[in-house]
Amino acid sequence: MDAAPGGTILRRVSESLRIPGIARPPEVEFSFDGRPLRAPVGESLAAALMAAGVRRLGEGPGSPRAAFCMMGTCQQCLVRVEGRLVQACLTPVRAGLRVGPA
Amino acid sequence: MFDVAVLGAGPAGMAAATEAARRGGRVVLLEESPQPGGQVYRAAPPGFVVPEDADKRAGDALRAALAGSGAEIRTGHRVWGLGGGPLVPQGSPPAPFRVDALAEGAPVTLEARALVLCPGTHERIIPFPGWTLPGVIGLAAATILLKAQGVLPGRRVLVAGAGPLLYAVAAKLHKAGAEVVAMADLATRAEWARALPALAARPDLLARGAAWRAALASRSVPVLAGARVAAAEGGGALERVRIVTATGQTESFDCDALCIGHGLVPATEATRLFRAAHRYDRAAGGWVPVLDADRRTSVKLLYVAGDGGGVRGAAAAPAAGRLAALAALTDLGILSGRAHARARWRPWAEHWRAARTGAAMARMMALRPALVSAIPPETVVCRCEGVTRAEIEAALDDGAAEMNQLKQFTRCGMGPCQGRLCGEAAAELVAIRVGGREHAGFATGRMPLRPVPMEALLGEFDYADIPVPKPAPI
Repeated sequence: MDAAPGGTILRRVSESLRIPGIARPPEVEFSFDGRPLRAPVGESLAAALMAAGVRRLGEGPGSPRAAFCMMGTCQQCLVRVEGRLVQACLTPVRAGLRVGPA
Repeated sequence: MFDVAVLGAGPAGMAAATEAARRGGRVVLLEESPQPGGQVYRAAPPGFVVPEDADKRAGDALRAALAGSGAEIRTGHRVWGLGGGPLVPQGSPPAPFRVDALAEGAPVTLEARALVLCPGTHERIIPFPGWTLPGVIGLAAATILLKAQGVLPGRRVLVAGAGPLLYAVAAKLHKAGAEVVAMADLATRAEWARALPALAARPDLLARGAAWRAALASRSVPVLAGARVAAAEGGGALERVRIVTATGQTESFDCDALCIGHGLVPATEATRLFRAAHRYDRAAGGWVPVLDADRRTSVKLLYVAGDGGGVRGAAAAPAAGRLAALAALTDLGILSGRAHARARWRPWAEHWRAARTGAAMARMMALRPALVSAIPPETVVCRCEGVTRAEIEAALDDGAAEMNQLKQFTRCGMGPCQGRLCGEAAAELVAIRVGGREHAGFATGRMPLRPVPMEALLGEFDYADIPVPKPAPI
């Protein structure tokens, strides 16, 4: 998905998107669309995916979907977790969470 | 049965619940987030330790007062339904308010004699070409990402829009190590100069603003006054942003994130649901419930505090919350008229002072019709349903004359965000045709107030439980 022009930049950039100087809980493993990812437990899924360079979360009618409001209003970050539709921005990362496009 | 239910645990809701509980009311506070704080004082997730700042201290103080107040705090509750009060069959006596929420997937129902709504706002983002590209996020979204999650929206970031949030986000990005490639402020220098006298009442904010500006200047970040975003461009994700400057020149900036916001819109879905009286006040953010000085709506025992009643800022919100709590306790007979008169002058004066600065900032964040006129025909306005401006205009040509009709003609605002994202642009497009927002109206308030899964509402219910009468013998 990020293989489009600019994709390489995105991947390089994403390594350092977590701001230093903040104490975080230990990282756990979760997955998006089968791809294994790591994030501190409790971080919002939307933030964790963004930090991992996963920006495109699905396809809306006429436009891609990506996290947009981060506060549970816009519904653009809808993903599927264990078969259920959830808003990524309101869902905390837990170990072993299997996340996929909505 | 509670005396007072407070919905929303931002600064207004925390203060309202604290005040009402301290003065002897049986109070419940419901909040969707895992912790009280609202958007402005949003707490970091458990186990995250973020550096102290003025906002964290203010939020912690309100949280501490709330924790010791005796109010029942129910976080993680998504309120999707409201009833009772005036929403009873014709001829029935007024009922207590009913609140339906979803907590960890399970339905919760409770009742309260009075309801204090502290719903806050959502961000207004007027569509422009490319606004749906991954990498474009709201200014408020950026604040949450930076403050509560400690994650940068990108490495090279352009910040655009209007209001104080613009400077706050740019400064935070810069401090956190991102490169701010430019800041495009819709407000002209003259607008800021006009706002200055009101800001002078809050030297702390003025100092913070000056520090933000200095931080940007030290990195020689281009600050473009009176400039708007013409387009966000890129393949699979954002790669560059084109800006139209005050003089009409186009400038292009390479970046991997755009944080953009055009102001804040009071969240009025609950007051609309109760059919409370509203008025359109552009300078306060849009449609607002009609309120008296003590935050009473036109509906008995229904109150609104904080920015949900008109944008006045976080500093004014706690005082408004206390005013609403005092009025509710008085109207319920828990507080005497005399005690109310004694108690209300201090929050009233505090609110008046803070609201002056808040109003100046709100004016800067008010809807700018020029942004709506600039939306190209092929740009998607309603993201949930994929409705473009051209499709909206076609519906208006066909005779849609107010917001509910537009919704029925095009499905604009009928998707899962329930019009929160597209409503402002769509209403303005209607308003251009019908002579103002008062005529364009607003979509009728409907349940569910937030999307909820059907299975959660059904609970234990199963289709097999429906009694099927035996067929009549032939």
